[in-house]
Amino acid sequence: MLTKLTGGRVYDPAHGIDGQVMDLYIRDGRLIARPGDDEKISKEYDLRGKVVMAGAIDMHTHIGGGKVNIARMMLPEDHRADPVAHSELCRAGCGHVAPSTLTTGYRYAEMGYTAGFEPAILPVNARQAHLEMGDTPIIDKGGYAMLGSDDYFLRMLTAKKDQNAINDYVAWTLHASQAIGIKVVNPGGISAFKFNQRALDLDAQHAYYQVSPRDVLKSLSRAVHELGIAHPLHVHANNLGVPGNLDTTLKTMGASEGYPLHLTHIQFHSYGTEGDRKFSSGAAAIAEAINQHQHISADVGQILFGQTVTASGDSMRQHANAGLANPNKSVIMDIECDAGCGVVPFKYRDQNFVNALQWAIGLEIFLLVDDPWRIFLTTDHPNGAPFTSYPHLIRLLMDKSFRNDMFTKLNLDAQAMSTLAGINREYSLYEIAIMTRAGAAKLVGLHDRGHLGVGAAADITVYTEDADREKMFSKPDYVFKDGTLVVRNGQVVQVTWGSTHTVRPEFDRSVEQDLRGHFDRYHTMKLDHVKVSDDEIAEGGRGRVQVQPCLGRREKTR
Amino acid sequence: MVNFVGSSLLDSVRIKDVTCTACGMLCDDLVVARALNSNTLSVVEHGCSRSAALLQHPPAKPSARVHGKEVDHASAIQAATALLQQAKQPLIAGLGTDVQGMRAVLRLADHIGATLDHMNSAAMLRNTLVVQQSGWQVTTLTEVRNRADLIVAIGTDIVSALPRFFERCVWVEATLFDQAPAERDIVFLGGRHDDLGFASSPDGRPAQVLPCDMEQIPELVAALRALVTGRSLPVDQVAGIAMQDLQQLAQHLREARYSVLAWSAASLDYAHAELSIANITGIVSQLNQTTRSAGLPAGGSNGDSSVNQTSVWTTGYPLPNSYARQHPDYDPWQHSSAQQAAHADAVLWISSLDPSRRPPPSDTPTIVLGHAAMQFEQEPAVYIPIGTPGVDHSGTAFRCDSVVSLPLKPLRPSPLPSLSSVILDMEAALHASQKGDAHAD
Repeated sequence: MLTKLTGGRVYDPAHGIDGQVMDLYIRDGRLIARPGDDEKISKEYDLRGKVVMAGAIDMHTHIGGGKVNIARMMLPEDHRADPVAHSELCRAGCGHVAPSTLTTGYRYAEMGYTAGFEPAILPVNARQAHLEMGDTPIIDKGGYAMLGSDDYFLRMLTAKKDQNAINDYVAWTLHASQAIGIKVVNPGGISAFKFNQRALDLDAQHAYYQVSPRDVLKSLSRAVHELGIAHPLHVHANNLGVPGNLDTTLKTMGASEGYPLHLTHIQFHSYGTEGDRKFSSGAAAIAEAINQHQHISADVGQILFGQTVTASGDSMRQHANAGLANPNKSVIMDIECDAGCGVVPFKYRDQNFVNALQWAIGLEIFLLVDDPWRIFLTTDHPNGAPFTSYPHLIRLLMDKSFRNDMFTKLNLDAQAMSTLAGINREYSLYEIAIMTRAGAAKLVGLHDRGHLGVGAAADITVYTEDADREKMFSKPDYVFKDGTLVVRNGQVVQVTWGSTHTVRPEFDRSVEQDLRGHFDRYHTMKLDHVKVSDDEIAEGGRGRVQVQPCLGRREKTR
Repeated sequence: MVNFVGSSLLDSVRIKDVTCTACGMLCDDLVVARALNSNTLSVVEHGCSRSAALLQHPPAKPSARVHGKEVDHASAIQAATALLQQAKQPLIAGLGTDVQGMRAVLRLADHIGATLDHMNSAAMLRNTLVVQQSGWQVTTLTEVRNRADLIVAIGTDIVSALPRFFERCVWVEATLFDQAPAERDIVFLGGRHDDLGFASSPDGRPAQVLPCDMEQIPELVAALRALVTGRSLPVDQVAGIAMQDLQQLAQHLREARYSVLAWSAASLDYAHAELSIANITGIVSQLNQTTRSAGLPAGGSNGDSSVNQTSVWTTGYPLPNSYARQHPDYDPWQHSSAQQAAHADAVLWISSLDPSRRPPPSDTPTIVLGHAAMQFEQEPAVYIPIGTPGVDHSGTAFRCDSVVSLPLKPLRPSPLPSLSSVILDMEAALHASQKGDAHAD
C-alpha cells in the first residue's frame, strides 16, 4: 500500500526543512522516496495549507511502573472527575492527573504524540513498568533504568571497582530492564535516606558508603558514554525543590567532567534564596550555564496550575515535601535495596507565591536557553502538570501576549520577582518541532523517529494552522502511527500497538557471576527473574521490542 | 519455555527456581520434581505447607459441564456466553488469577458492563482505604532482610500469612550492612499465638510477646501511637498489657535504626480495621520524624495483589469496582460481592489457583472458570476447568509488597486452557452472536 500526503507545509528540523511545501510518501509503515510515476497511489491525503511534523515524542513522562500505579490507587477522587466511557473502538478508563494506561495511550495519540518515555524504571520493578506500558496503546514506549542508589552499585563504588566493571553492570541493567537510557535520582540520596540522612549535597558523603553524589555522577556518566549509548546520563539532581538548590545544579553540570548529562525537570532545581521570602528565580543563571556548556541538555518540568500528583524515585525529598501534600496523603517507600519512591499529591495555585514563581521560572528557562536542541518540553508528567496540558504550554511559549496575560494574574509578589514579562521571545513552529520531535529523538537515541526523512517510521502529525496555538496543538487533523491513520480530527480512529525502544550495548557476560551471588546472598528474588524478556513485552500482540543502535563501546576514555 | 535445569533422574525431572504463588511472598527458589509418567509435581526443596497444596495437585482434565452434564468445551463456552449476554448486572468475582488472566477479565468486563470483585477484597480494602485516606510509609522484603533491627508483628505471627518469612527475611546468613541478623529484636504485639519458636533467634533468644485479643487491637495501636508521639496515658494497662511494657516498646521503636511494623490485613478481621492500620502507619510516620521505620503489609493469596495492580492501571481503581455505567466506577461498599449478591443476575466466578475457593451459595446463575480439582456442593450452571498460572501455563504475579513481580512458567505439559484463552473464546462467541443479532435486525 502506497500512501501520499500531498502539499503539506513540512517542519522537519532533522533535515533543516522549515515550513517547505512538500509531498510525503509512505509504504509499509515507512517514509519512502518519491515513487516512480507508474506506481499506483492507494490513498492520498490532501494536506494543502496544513502543518506537517513528525509525531511528537515525550522524552520524560511517568506513564508506567510502581509509583504511577500508587498515584492511581491514591486518587479515586481525581479519576471520578474524568471518567472515560468505552466507545466502539476504545476501551474505558479514566483521565486527568494519573490516567489509566489505555486512556494515556489514546490521549497522547489524540494530541499528536507517538512516543513517550518512562524516566524512572527501577530494575526490580521493570516488569511492572513494561506491563503497564504494554497496556498503553498506539504510542511507542521505552524508559530509563534507575541506578545510583542501588546497593550493588554503591558497593562497587566504595570498593573502587574498575570503571569497566561498572560499565558492564550498567549494560547488564539496560538489558535486564529493557531500557534505552540510565537515570540517576538524587544520586546516592535514596540510599542515604534509608540510613536516616535527610539531605545530601553534591559533595556530601553518604554516611555508610563514604561516597558522594559527585562520585556517583562521574562514574555513571562515564559508563553511559563508554558504552556508546545515545542518551546521556539522565540526572534528577540532589536537593529537588530546596530554595538555593541553584548552586547544587550549577555544580552538578561540572560534576561529570565533560561527559554528557541531561538534567531533568530543571525547573525544580533552579531556585535561589533572594528576596524577603528567601525564594527566588535562578532561571537566568541556569539558562546561561546551559548556553555555555555544550555537554548539558535539560527538560523543564514546567508546572501549570491546578491539581496534580508528584511521583518520584526521590524518597528523601518526597518525604520532606509530604507535609505540603494536597490532598493530605502520601506514600513513601524504600524498595529492595535498589531504590525508593514517593508519591505526594499537589495543587499548584497561581495566588501562591512559591507556585506562581515556579511557573515563571520554568517559562524563563524555556525562553532564556538559546538552543532548542538542548532544552525539552516537559511537565515531568504528572509532577508539574498532566501531559494533557502540553498544548497550553506550547501556547505560552509561542504567544507572548497570551503569556503576559497569564502572568498578570499571578501572585503579585511573585510577579515582582520574575523577569518573564520582559522576555520577548516567542518559539517558532520550527523550534517547537525541534523540542518535541527532532531534538527529542536525537536525545533519546531514536534513529528512525522524530524526523521525516526516507526510511523513517511514518509517525506523522498533521495540524490546521491556527493563531491559537493551544487549539492547534490540541486537535490534530491526522495522526499516522507507523503509516496507519490512528487519529482524525483529534479522535482515535484506529487502535494499534507501538514498539518498545531499547538499547543493548555489548558487555562482559561474566558480570552475572558476581551479581548472581549478590542476589542469592542478600535479595529475595533470583537474578534471572529480574530480567524482562522480549516475549513478555510482545505478549498478546501488544507490540514488539525495537533495539536502537549504539555507537559501540569505548574503552578507558580517561 | 519450561526451565528444566538440573539433574534428570530416570523417572522425573527437577525444575529449579520455581516461583510459588501460594502466598504473597512469591518465593522463587523452589525446586520441583515432575514425574515423567504422570506429570505429578512434588516440591523437593524450599517448600512449605502452602506450596505443597498449590503445586502437588495431580494433573487432571475434567470435562466442562453445563448444569452438571458433561459437554464439550465449545458447548460450555456457548452456555456461559448466553448467560452473560442475558445478564443486565453481571458480577465477575473470585478472580483467583494472575496479571494476564486479569487483563482478559478486564477486557470482558468492559465489554459486558460487569462489576468486579476479588475473593480477598474485604481484607485488601483495609489496606487500600489507608492508602487513599492518609497514605503510608512502607518497605519491601529485601529491605527488611538487610535493614530491619526491630520487627513488630501486630495481630499476626506473620508466618500464617507468609510461611517462610523468618527463614528468608529475618534469620538469614548475612546482611548488606554488617548487621548481625541474630541480633534482631522481634516483638509480637496483640493477638494470641500458639507456638512462636520460629521467631527465636538462631542463638535461642525468644521473641517478646505482648498478647491481647484481636478485638482489643484498635485500643492497643492507638495507645502505642500516643506513646510514640510523646503523650502519656494515665492508665496502668491497655488491652491487658502493662503500660510499662508499652512504654518500653515505644522507646525501643524510637531507638531502633530501622524498625519494621508488620500486619496482615486478613487477620485484622473486624469492622473498620483500616483505622487500626492507619494507627500502625501513623506510628511509622511519627518515628520517621527522627529515625527510620517502615510498614510491611504482609499477606496475600489467590493473586489478590496481581489482580489489584492490573485493575488499578487499567481502570484507575482498586477492587472492587464496576463497568456497569460504561466507564469504571469505584464504590467499594456498593461494588462488593456481598452487596452485589442481591443485584447480580449472573455471576462469573474465577478460581485458578485454589480449588477450595468456591462461589458462595446463591440462586443466581453462576459460571465457574475454575481449578481442575474443584468440587462443588452446589453445581454451577456452567463449569469450565482452567489451568493454574505457574503450573500449567505461563503468567505474571505480584508480591505482597506490590513492587516485585515475577514471571511464572509452566511446570508440565497441560491440556488445560488458560483463563485468558477461555475468555478469548467467550468474547469470540459474544461477537459472533452480536453479529447474528445485527443481521436479524
